[in-house]
Amino acid sequence: MKVLMLGWEFPPFISGGLGTACYGLTRALSQMGTEVIFVLPKPITGVHATHVKMAHPHALGRISGKDVFGGSELARVIFRTLPSMMTPYQTPQDYEEALRKARQLAGESFGLELDLPDIAGGDHYGRDLYQEVQRYAKLAAWISREEEFDVIHAHDWMTYPAGMAVSALSGKPLVVHIHSTEFDRSGEHVNQMVYDIERQGMHAADKVIAVSHLTKNIVVNRYAVPAEKVEVVYNAIDRDGSVVGFVNPGISKDEKIVLFLGRITMQKGPEYFLAAAKKVLEVMDNVKFVMAGSGDMIRRTIEMAAEMGIGHKVLFTGFLRGKDVDRVFQMADLFVMPSVSEPFGLVPLEALRNDVPVIISKQSGVAEVLTHALKVDFWDINEMANKIVAVLRHPPLHSTLREHGNFEVRKFNWTTSAQQVMEVYRMAQSPVAV
Amino acid sequence: MASVCFYFQVHQPSRLRRYSVFDNDRNYFDDYKNEQICRKVAHKCYLPANRLMLDLIRRFDGRFRIAYSITGAAMEQFERWMPEVMSTFHALNETGCVEFLSETYFHSLSFLYSRDEFAEQIRLHQKKIKNLFGQTPRVFRNTELVYNNDVAAFAREMGFDGICCEGADHVLGYRSPNYIYTAPGVKGLKLLTKNYRLSDDIAFRFGNRGWEEWPLTAPKFAQWVNQVNGNGFTVNLFMDYETLGEHQWEDTGIFEFLRHLPEEILRHPDNDFLTPSQVIDTHPAMGEMDVPHMISWADIERDLSAWLGNAMQSNALYELYRMENLVKETGDEEILRDWRMLQTSDHFYYMCTKWFSDGDVHKYFNPYDSPYDSYINFMNVLDNLRSRCRRVCEATVKG
Repeated sequence: MKVLMLGWEFPPFISGGLGTACYGLTRALSQMGTEVIFVLPKPITGVHATHVKMAHPHALGRISGKDVFGGSELARVIFRTLPSMMTPYQTPQDYEEALRKARQLAGESFGLELDLPDIAGGDHYGRDLYQEVQRYAKLAAWISREEEFDVIHAHDWMTYPAGMAVSALSGKPLVVHIHSTEFDRSGEHVNQMVYDIERQGMHAADKVIAVSHLTKNIVVNRYAVPAEKVEVVYNAIDRDGSVVGFVNPGISKDEKIVLFLGRITMQKGPEYFLAAAKKVLEVMDNVKFVMAGSGDMIRRTIEMAAEMGIGHKVLFTGFLRGKDVDRVFQMADLFVMPSVSEPFGLVPLEALRNDVPVIISKQSGVAEVLTHALKVDFWDINEMANKIVAVLRHPPLHSTLREHGNFEVRKFNWTTSAQQVMEVYRMAQSPVAV
Repeated sequence: MASVCFYFQVHQPSRLRRYSVFDNDRNYFDDYKNEQICRKVAHKCYLPANRLMLDLIRRFDGRFRIAYSITGAAMEQFERWMPEVMSTFHALNETGCVEFLSETYFHSLSFLYSRDEFAEQIRLHQKKIKNLFGQTPRVFRNTELVYNNDVAAFAREMGFDGICCEGADHVLGYRSPNYIYTAPGVKGLKLLTKNYRLSDDIAFRFGNRGWEEWPLTAPKFAQWVNQVNGNGFTVNLFMDYETLGEHQWEDTGIFEFLRHLPEEILRHPDNDFLTPSQVIDTHPAMGEMDVPHMISWADIERDLSAWLGNAMQSNALYELYRMENLVKETGDEEILRDWRMLQTSDHFYYMCTKWFSDGDVHKYFNPYDSPYDSYINFMNVLDNLRSRCRRVCEATVKG
């Protein structure tokens, strides 16, 4: 089996769950003996130029995983990078902003009637995200002619047009993987253009993979995709073998720490975290709330904390990665994910792997499969506060959650998920008449 | 000679309402839900089952006999919401073919934590049985058949002649549960060991269509009982009364099975039905059963792990009984009562995390979404009760 994967991001520069999932899945597939041609967008200039060290004289780079990462983990992966300014979680506004910055760098701000340097092999960035997505599709279709593969696997809406184009050109089955939908990102204020592309992609696909039943329901009910076409494959987490010490070495604290970690954006419910924090502080004093992450609501969230009079109890760390994430987990007594809408939710698994008990919103995909976690409705701030207080006050609760949770999290491994994905590929290759 | 000894456990816990750390009132119990469940179970189980037992007793004219152990907590619920259940128990009592056993009033695990409290709850229960039915129980059953040598010794000290316990394989060994035993060093007390295979055939497997013996009919069951003839005195069938109609729904045929069971059993001239007291009066003890460790009738482990299997459960129980002196010092009847209602073992059963093999049973009876929720709720209530005690004690000191 050979897969053309239209994916996103690779370590060390991963900005969220989408990149983590693409990486974990691809690695597991490769280890199972599946060959993967991993196609990903890579900007040529601008702020993102420090992406994976895959610099290649030719813009439509082709490079083997062995050369990039060494070792055998990604031995069966070939990377193909396409010049594009697309990034995960981008909105049309984000794209315009990024494009503006790139053009500035390219000298346009100096009044030169100049388009971007022609290093993309005769192509230009699209004028808006819609155009860019279509342009990306053309590039993908172009390189796909040089590759041999049995199935196409596209992750989230920006790569669906590319998936459809490659599928049309090659006649190979298309699998689209839903990590989040427009309803998760924007609530009820959906962007029609994005919705249309998502819907088109799901309907054109031979099989749809949803990261949870929660997401599958959205796909079925709001995109009118037949339920039998949608398979649920949960995300997973790798045990990296790093053992966390028994006690936090070097951190002596008489204060408890409650952690929020994720993009600070509407979808993640930062304001519910603050509201619960305020309630907790009514009955407990020796506790601090740490909000790790960046996002479009960060300013508003900082202001909100100040307005509520709990500014001195809430710390903002900005975006964390790598060792800093491990460190913040080691400090934390509890992780809270108050997401308004969370198709899956990988961070709670990371927290459990780091021996941190978790409270997760019932509106998350991971709540379907995690037993040893406390669950609340995201809007029920009283209950959220009640549970936070309980975990901080009762060591037996903390330790039971931690021990069982750390054990339970082992059932989420990418090998299992990759096996399920392989099964979906097989179904896509021999579609049953619906 | 094989005697069939039926004992049915009747119990309803007082479930707690959702009590948050921000709550500050003294209404801990969800009386709406408790009433609802009490009524539902009464209509599905207690009323039809009592009616059936009454019919059978009358039909066999004294040859069909049974025993009940009804917790004080359950009796109070019936008196309050379903008095007709109590009146059918009175009718059963008047037949003279029904024995009532003794247990802790609040279905508690107090033996493990406080002998004083344990004794007090047994006396409370005895008083209630005496008042209601005019019987003085001679046979004791501890909550969930929690048992070891010490329980036996203590029961004897309190004047009991017999005690019920689980016929667990790991304590019986090669011995049969169908004989009578004694506890080491305890004179005058006989042990009735539950025949868990035959009991569970009715209580757990009866409606299971995947079971190779399904469907279980009265003649088939009677045949199994007959096989005991010659190598045992008594078949002790101990089970929750709620088996009839609630755990095994009416459409499994459980009531019809029971309706025909006595005639099938009595078809064999050597068989009869006896109550626990009659069993110990009729049959001699055949040996000594040494049980140094705690056993119970729960789950496959037959130990305490359903209530004391994780850190939350042992913490909740420890904190609860640690308050005993504080509670009793207040002299406040309401506080004492609330504290005792919190001792009902069900509260700790809900906190069980052994979800992977026995989980189904636990989940079915659990009003909480998760064991963690039940612990949090319980600890919030306990916290409030503790501050109530403190307030009363402080006021007394000042006054």
